[in-house]
Amino acid sequence: MTQTLSKIKNGETVIVRHIEASSLKVKLMEMGLIEGKELRVLYRAPLGDPMAIDVEGYVLSLRNDEADLISVDLNSSPE
Amino acid sequence: MKIALLGNPNTGKSTVFNLLTGMRQHVGNFPGVTVDKKVGKINVDNEDHELIDFPGTYSVYPRSKDEEVVYRSLCNDQSINYPDAAIVIVDASNLERNLLFFSQIYDLQLPTMMVLNMTDLAKKKFKECNVEELQKLFPEAVIVEANARAGMGKDRIVNALSMFKKRQGHKFQPEIEIAMVDDIPAQEVETEARFKRIASVLHKIEVTSEKKDSRSNKLDRILVHPVWGYAIFALVLVIIFQFIFAFAAIPMDLIDGSFASLSDWIAKSMPEGILTDLISQGIVPGIGGVVIFIPQIALLFFFIAILEETGYLSRVVFIMDRLMRPLGLNGKSVVPLLSSVACAIPGIMSARTISDWKERMITIMVAPLMSCSARIPVYTLLIALVIPNDRVLGFMNLQGLVLFGLYALGTLSALGIAVILKWFIKTKEKGFLMLEMPSYKIPHPRNVMIVVWEKVRLFVWDAGKIILAISVILWALATYGPGDRMEDAGKKARIEFLEKGFSEEEVDQFVASVKLENSYIGIMGKTIEPVIEPMGYDWKIGISLITSFAAREVFVGSMATIYAVQDDGETNRPLIEKMRAEKRSDGTPVYTLASGASLMVFYVFAMQCMATLAVVKRETKSWKWPLIQMGYMGVLAYLAAWITFIVLS
Repeated sequence: MTQTLSKIKNGETVIVRHIEASSLKVKLMEMGLIEGKELRVLYRAPLGDPMAIDVEGYVLSLRNDEADLISVDLNSSPE
Repeated sequence: MKIALLGNPNTGKSTVFNLLTGMRQHVGNFPGVTVDKKVGKINVDNEDHELIDFPGTYSVYPRSKDEEVVYRSLCNDQSINYPDAAIVIVDASNLERNLLFFSQIYDLQLPTMMVLNMTDLAKKKFKECNVEELQKLFPEAVIVEANARAGMGKDRIVNALSMFKKRQGHKFQPEIEIAMVDDIPAQEVETEARFKRIASVLHKIEVTSEKKDSRSNKLDRILVHPVWGYAIFALVLVIIFQFIFAFAAIPMDLIDGSFASLSDWIAKSMPEGILTDLISQGIVPGIGGVVIFIPQIALLFFFIAILEETGYLSRVVFIMDRLMRPLGLNGKSVVPLLSSVACAIPGIMSARTISDWKERMITIMVAPLMSCSARIPVYTLLIALVIPNDRVLGFMNLQGLVLFGLYALGTLSALGIAVILKWFIKTKEKGFLMLEMPSYKIPHPRNVMIVVWEKVRLFVWDAGKIILAISVILWALATYGPGDRMEDAGKKARIEFLEKGFSEEEVDQFVASVKLENSYIGIMGKTIEPVIEPMGYDWKIGISLITSFAAREVFVGSMATIYAVQDDGETNRPLIEKMRAEKRSDGTPVYTLASGASLMVFYVFAMQCMATLAVVKRETKSWKWPLIQMGYMGVLAYLAAWITFIVLS
């Protein structure tokens, strides 16, 4: 089921499906968030925002409204 | 040769810069744009090369105004900043993302060197890079491996400077050109095509043998924990402020004492005259007023550099961002605001890390509302003067409580004004965070020292010359008066007080006070009296308000001169007694709870610091912001002080 990255629970692994067109899209792509990329949600700041995700071995923090722009699928076959 | 140093943030770019140039670096401006330019010199075979440190970016496309300098300098060979060659630092542990920027630079046809850095970290992440294959993909680039933190690779980079290859037109991604700076859809297409190309070759150049490093993750669990995260951050702050307030006082007292003795010595040993006075009363105290802040600034930036270098600072940003955002601020505003409790000048300078323009402006605009250390002498004097040394609720000291209240008032108003500014400052850019959290590292001493040195030097040059200039101007205004008015009044006072039987020393102090009253600055004080009267002040306070524009703590020294007492620099007891005895023409005391509290409130808000204004001008590259800042803080100070006076009297 496709949902936005901001809804994903800590510890879950997802695949990026689509990034919504916006002025931030290029920036998100530059950070390595491209279609087909596997991400793992690591943890969140105390108030639930921002969130930290693992992108290919580096840690990126995103505000929830930035994560809202990213649609992901839960990775059904976690390695 | 003019060489651009480029790379993603957190790739060790500044470590490489420091490694290559050592102390041979200076900060200037990119001509035509408003971004600081760090330039270092490298000497190879008696030839000087200029290494220009560009802001760390993830691509050529800017995400903030400051980053535009990368695009404008590199994508236009007519630019005055266009380099002869480029060195791009590439994080070997994160090839895919780093190759995006590298290949963009490569495709711009600049002679390019790739410094494959952090190979040790890559190994920890079980990633191995195939340099041979990499070279095949970028045949016209020079590739060197380095590990700058461990000091490895300097020779290799320096040797490679003479091996830059002439470009023959080879491109890594030949289909789609680099997009225009404002054409976002084209940038998306270009970025996508580039990542596709990278993905198609990545398996050849990067060998991953599983599994990832989890040390950062474990530490993060504590450092961003809802309870421990904030507790640890609070503890870090306590330690830093302990150093800044308690331990920095030792060198500061030493500096204060040395400059006072130097002034005395000059006054005694040089021939009497205007030049001696200028040096001993204008220039030396002026320089002293600059130097005295160096210990605090150096200590503060020492700690900030360590927090930054270890990677902890980005975790602080992470846990504070959500709290700061409703205020129009950013998680990154925490450091500038906290620094401003020592001194707004380094605080405002450290706001540079905020990439979002609006959030940075708001941070700069409210930072001087945080009570800085120059306000402490003013607060201490006034509290001792009008607040009784009583206990409240049996255990709290009323004077201490008032001091705490003044700090709280400053902090709360900074946050409150931020909310208001959020509505007024308009921007097309949307605020964003998108922050990389680097893995934890041991801080590198050289990097820390260079940061401290750079900040101290910036403060001494930028703020220093203004504090010094104002000290000299104020000295002149206090030394001269129209016509013979000052001299006449001085002579008259001398005769009068000698007749009354005062000692020689006391007479000198009275004469100095009367002369000051009749100097230009005394006249200015009297001129503004009608304006400050509603707040309960007289012209004597007026004089001190004007003089403390150089720096707030000058208020105390001016008061001592006006009330003809020796500034003992410690308890101010003689001054306090004199001020207490001061009466208005109707016989009521000048310093009451109402006027004293009003004055404290005035100092909480007023922008009584020319040096800060100058730094705001330098940081915002326009006079508009410092003028708005002085205006709003002045209005706020006046109104708040006036209301305080009315309510309490």
